[in-house]
Amino acid sequence: MSGYRLPAGGRIDRAAPLDFTFDGRAYRGFAGDNLASALVASGQMLFGRSFKYHRPRGILGMGTEEPNALVTVDRGATAPGWGRATPNLRAPSVALYQGLNAQSQNRFPSLRFDLGAVNDRLGALFPAGFYNKTFMWPRSAWEKLYEPAIRRMAGLGASPTTRDPDHYDATYAHCEVLVVGGGLAGIEAALSAAQDGGRVILIDEQDELGGGALADRALWGELADKTMALRRLGNVTVLTRTTAFGYYHQNFVGAVEQLTDHLAPEQAKGARERLWRIRAGEVVLAQGAIERPLVFDGNDVPGVMLSSAGRTLAVRYGVAVGRAVAVMAVHDSGWRDAMAMKAAGVGVVAVIDLRSDVAPDLVAAARAAGIALHLGHAVTSVSGRHGVSGVTFAANGTGHAQQLAVDALLMAGGWTPTVHLWSHAKGSLRWDADWGAYLPDVAQENCRAVGAGAGAWDMGSGLALGTLPGPKPIWQTKAFVDFQNDVKARDIDLAVREGMRSIEHIKRYTTNGMATDQGKTSNLNGLQIASGSLAKPVTDIGLTTFRPPYTPQTFGALMGHHKDALFQPIRKTVIDGWAADHGAVFENVAQWRRARYFPQGSEDMHAAVARECLAVRERVGMFDASTLGKIEVVGPDAAEFLNRMYTNPWKALQPGRCRYGLLLREDGFITDDGVSARLAPDRFHLTTTTGGAARVLAMMEDYLQTEWSDLDVWLTSTTEQWAVIAVQGPLARAVIAPLVEGIDLSPSAFPHMAIREGRICGVPTRLFRVSFTGELGFEVNVPAEHGRMVWQAIHAAGQAHGITPYGTETMHVLRAEKGYVIVGQDTDGTLTPDDAGMAWAVGTKKPDFVGKRSLSRPDMAAPGRKQLVGLLTEDPQDVLEEGAQIVADPDQPVPMTMLGHVTSSYHSATLGRSIAMAVIADGRARDGQVIHVPMPGRTIRARVTASTVFYDPEGSRLDV
Amino acid sequence: MMRFSGLNLIAQAFSGHQAWPEQWPDKAPKASYDVIIVGAGGHGLGAAYYLAAKYGITNVAVIEKGWLGGGNTGRNTTIIRSNYLYDESAHLYDHAVKLWDGLSQELNYNVMYSKRGVLMLAHNVHDIQSFKRHIHANRLNGVDNEWLSPEECQAYCPPLDISPNARHPVLGGALQRRGGTARHDSVAWGYARKATALGVDIIQNCAVTGIRRGADGAVLGVETERGFIGAKKIGVSAAGNTSVVMNMAGLEFPLESYPLQALVSEPVKPIFPCVVMSNTVHAYISQSDKGELVIGAGTDQYTSYSQRGAFHIIEHTLAAICEIFPIFTRMRMLRTWGGIVDVTPDRSPILGKTPVPGLYANCGWGTGGFKATPGAADLLAHTIAHDAPHAINAPFNLDRFRNGRMIDEAAAAAVAH
Ligand SMILES: Cc1cc2nc3c(=O)[nH]c(=O)nc-3n(C[C@H](O)[C@H](O)[C@H](O)COP(=O)(O)OP(=O)(O)OC[C@H]3O[C@@H](n4cnc5c(N)ncnc54)[C@H](O)[C@@H]3O)c2cc1C
Repeated sequence: MSGYRLPAGGRIDRAAPLDFTFDGRAYRGFAGDNLASALVASGQMLFGRSFKYHRPRGILGMGTEEPNALVTVDRGATAPGWGRATPNLRAPSVALYQGLNAQSQNRFPSLRFDLGAVNDRLGALFPAGFYNKTFMWPRSAWEKLYEPAIRRMAGLGASPTTRDPDHYDATYAHCEVLVVGGGLAGIEAALSAAQDGGRVILIDEQDELGGGALADRALWGELADKTMALRRLGNVTVLTRTTAFGYYHQNFVGAVEQLTDHLAPEQAKGARERLWRIRAGEVVLAQGAIERPLVFDGNDVPGVMLSSAGRTLAVRYGVAVGRAVAVMAVHDSGWRDAMAMKAAGVGVVAVIDLRSDVAPDLVAAARAAGIALHLGHAVTSVSGRHGVSGVTFAANGTGHAQQLAVDALLMAGGWTPTVHLWSHAKGSLRWDADWGAYLPDVAQENCRAVGAGAGAWDMGSGLALGTLPGPKPIWQTKAFVDFQNDVKARDIDLAVREGMRSIEHIKRYTTNGMATDQGKTSNLNGLQIASGSLAKPVTDIGLTTFRPPYTPQTFGALMGHHKDALFQPIRKTVIDGWAADHGAVFENVAQWRRARYFPQGSEDMHAAVARECLAVRERVGMFDASTLGKIEVVGPDAAEFLNRMYTNPWKALQPGRCRYGLLLREDGFITDDGVSARLAPDRFHLTTTTGGAARVLAMMEDYLQTEWSDLDVWLTSTTEQWAVIAVQGPLARAVIAPLVEGIDLSPSAFPHMAIREGRICGVPTRLFRVSFTGELGFEVNVPAEHGRMVWQAIHAAGQAHGITPYGTETMHVLRAEKGYVIVGQDTDGTLTPDDAGMAWAVGTKKPDFVGKRSLSRPDMAAPGRKQLVGLLTEDPQDVLEEGAQIVADPDQPVPMTMLGHVTSSYHSATLGRSIAMAVIADGRARDGQVIHVPMPGRTIRARVTASTVFYDPEGSRLDV
Repeated sequence: MMRFSGLNLIAQAFSGHQAWPEQWPDKAPKASYDVIIVGAGGHGLGAAYYLAAKYGITNVAVIEKGWLGGGNTGRNTTIIRSNYLYDESAHLYDHAVKLWDGLSQELNYNVMYSKRGVLMLAHNVHDIQSFKRHIHANRLNGVDNEWLSPEECQAYCPPLDISPNARHPVLGGALQRRGGTARHDSVAWGYARKATALGVDIIQNCAVTGIRRGADGAVLGVETERGFIGAKKIGVSAAGNTSVVMNMAGLEFPLESYPLQALVSEPVKPIFPCVVMSNTVHAYISQSDKGELVIGAGTDQYTSYSQRGAFHIIEHTLAAICEIFPIFTRMRMLRTWGGIVDVTPDRSPILGKTPVPGLYANCGWGTGGFKATPGAADLLAHTIAHDAPHAINAPFNLDRFRNGRMIDEAAAAAVAH
């Protein structure tokens, strides 16, 4: 119970009290407080438990560097299964609001009494990297005993287990100058950048601008003036509560703005956070500097904290960290803090400084303020477990031990400029001995650093130390470097002893710098200690890479609007609504949803598909084929281009005629297919598979732009321009005839594989006479906006003929009966045209086409290749499972020699039996042979048919 | 080498762990070696270990431009599985999975191989067809892989959303129970410690800058930042930089190098018991023993050697994770990073001899070679020791790109990690 609220001062609003709870206990703070300041003001110094040893911890810093005081904030459930709990929030970064409900973490059963603290007693058994050395015997115990036990120890707070009712916004911004950091240096940079008239964005993670100046009363006037000047400028956007978390290529900076978490839940309206994707002409980094803790025995007792935190609490929040406060300094800033606190009314009793010669003006001022001074001394231990009750210090750490009764100890270990974003952007760093830290050197982007973050701020001078000198050898101390991860100086020493020489090894071995604060307070100390242990200068050890994000950012903000239905918007055809109205069952295909079948009454898929199939074979069916990819290929060289892309010849194709095209990748394997039409000498209407549309267009553009830039051809995606209605079955012509104008539908005038342009239902159409069912068929292409009208008109006109809408499942069965392949199902990117039984589609006389050269590789024609064939099960009612494997000898031991697998398999209502396609090694040569399909529990026998055509092999039904 | 054991840990505790020796010594290069391995990743270190342990070839150096284990080995999401489709791949990866079992004991270093199961989600009919094909092929190859219904998927992985109204509903999953994760650094360090104990030299901060060849074309050794080092045989295991190294010997390798990113969340209490992969949604996730959600992202679209990727990949990755696990939107991303992966035209590795006598290649593992570490290392050692591939890696030769005998797992299933 050492902290308390000073009677006056701070930037809080004492007229606006706020009630909140921490671990169920009621507290009161003021508007302008954060959770940490309000708790310290109430005397609460214990905030949490450390990760590994469950040691009691208070706050260390008052900013984003805080490693210890992590809490879960629960903003309440909105409905069962929906809640707003967030773990691992840094208490100093949680703005206070009325009703705030926070809980401590990583303790059981309570924060003061935590069973996990037994780890601390056994700590000697768990040095860094201990897990590599044990839990190996007996071997079976690893899975059953050790691993589950280790995994149970994991984590800090608990993950949410309910869905998140909040939503997240995302936006783009462009500016001439982006300033990151709204301290005085950043404000100055923004003001001067604004002179040029360009767009300036200034962002700062805190709830008000000012940075370090907020803890310096003397600067408040200047701060107010400059902030006002900034607000008056029309071309400056100021974003507070916004963290620039990552700096990427080409001056792209990602930032997240907090929109509602500082408000009471009932006042929070709109998105919780907003992602800003900022592209800036110039980036000015004014990220400031973070104070370093000192490393000595007992430096983690609650109540031991950074000197800057004590000062910030006093000056900005009107809170004293204790009634008798000592400062342990190796840097001038500790002295200035002591005086500032004293001036704010804090009982600073002593400054202990390892240095014997400190600037005389500081010494004189401290003396005048009545502070006891112990120059040339170092704190060697701290008494108290849940709070500081006193410190022991000694001359140079090793001399005669003296005691001092204090209830708070502040550490002034010097400053580390914040170079995170600079380093994200691959700016180089240079070691600066005065700062004892790395400073920005050469930028890789149009970027500069200013202020403390650039080393251009007078913080005073001091020492840069690994550990404070003390009476005990390092391995007997509990001197913490990374507080959250419980990395002690002796762990780093051990890592070095075990042969870790690179700082990356030391980091990974000890986990130093890998906690949620990402080493903001531990990296430099770790480096100094390693340098001591290795007896090498710091600059020889390297520096770990800074990686985004600067502070942890919510998944929700980073994903922005890409959630639920907007994750990948479902593509629907213009006929989709009609299908939904008519009870279609849908399936997802690529990004589309497609009607799979249209059950009637209580029909299951099997029954519905059988009915739909028979309807098409006997009368007529209609099918929404709008998802087919479509590309308009136009230009004098269009035919030449297609001739080079596809395996088959295109140049001789007459306008008005269609051709099936087979597309290979460079490696000679089938990648897509489709029927395309020549509308005019210089114009083709191409179709691709539904899933292949974008890929094929990209591939064609790639060739056009990089290989054949001499060709005069343009490609336009028209997939969504056309609605496509397949009308298939012996009565297809009769159905559409009354609706069509300007096209002679007679077989002689409009043969199979032809295209005509005219009108249908009064709108323009490109009418294809093509078939993917084996029946007489038309594919009616109309501008998409007329698609539904034409669909309904055909449906109405078809009533007299018994027209039946069918879905993708029926389409699959009908085409399988005819042995037509589906690229991606019957082929898988490893089949050549010959493998797929389509050698006929390869123009062997053509000089070249994509994949041709690969087809001549020896293995592409070697014996034993898998070939697409038909399969008929011996029991006609057995429907093979797609993906089932095929063997010659079912009795062989595992691993078996597999010949191939079933690619397509259906019950055919038309044939009254099952049919299947399969790829089988030397398949065509096995015509008539029996193969075996071993399934769990039984083996199915089937006969190979070299031809995949099960129905109407002569094709007589097409030609009517 | 002081034995690692619980008892020794207790014994050392009394003296403050002062007596643990170096896990691997820092060596200056000798004038020449029987074998030089370029690249101290898990594969290279492992190969050195197996050369020494299985073939008695101990005059070996592993030469590393940075710090050992600092390449993809130390950057990957550590998913281990062997339920690959083609016989060649299934045998290759299952060889590795068999070695993972017992690796901790063999190395006397706990690599924390955790058989928590890898669950791959099916979201559409095509996925189901493809996964069933894998399951049937795996069964006949003796590799475990089983089909789970959506409800069974959720029982295995409680945070999973199996609502049929999801944008990509879960229609089922393929589970390999022997799949799981391991601790990446420990794998590199364990191999390094044991290999050096057997006499192997590890030389760090020493980039290979050239490969010297004799009049007969055979290798003579490597030029490095620290001078020439002679070698009778050279194994290159340099992942994303392999094509650069191979170029030094005048070889062009069919590899493209891309940045691949991964990320972790802040650590939370245990919530995620297994590994889940969804290729359709592009999500790969597990929870580390420390409590972080470990999430794999996709490769950048453009080739690059810079070990950082583009931000939009991260946006997409997190959207994908939250699509399948909507409870995680309030979780926070702690750290992202990238590695450079080497991708072959058929997405299968190249592991075998090269046209240059005495030069051996182990590369092309792309986004998924961590799981293969012990197997690849063992087979590379075999290939170097015998100057001929083992039957398991024989199909993964360089010639296949010339003769067309591809092993195209990606085409078959678009599987990444
Ligand atoms: C983000 C990410 C996630 C991944 N996730 C998985 C996963 O979940 N499961 C999985 O199985 N795989 C995964 N992988 C792939 C896996 O990491 C790699 O395939 C595997 O680790 C490769 O091991 P390696 O030893 O061959 O390569 P590396 O570990 O990269 O080692 C190669 C070494 O060669 C060194 N080197 C390069 N050039 C030179 C030179 N000129 N001189 C000297 N040394 C040189 C490098 O510095 C490096 O240390 C992932 C990869 C990444 C990047």
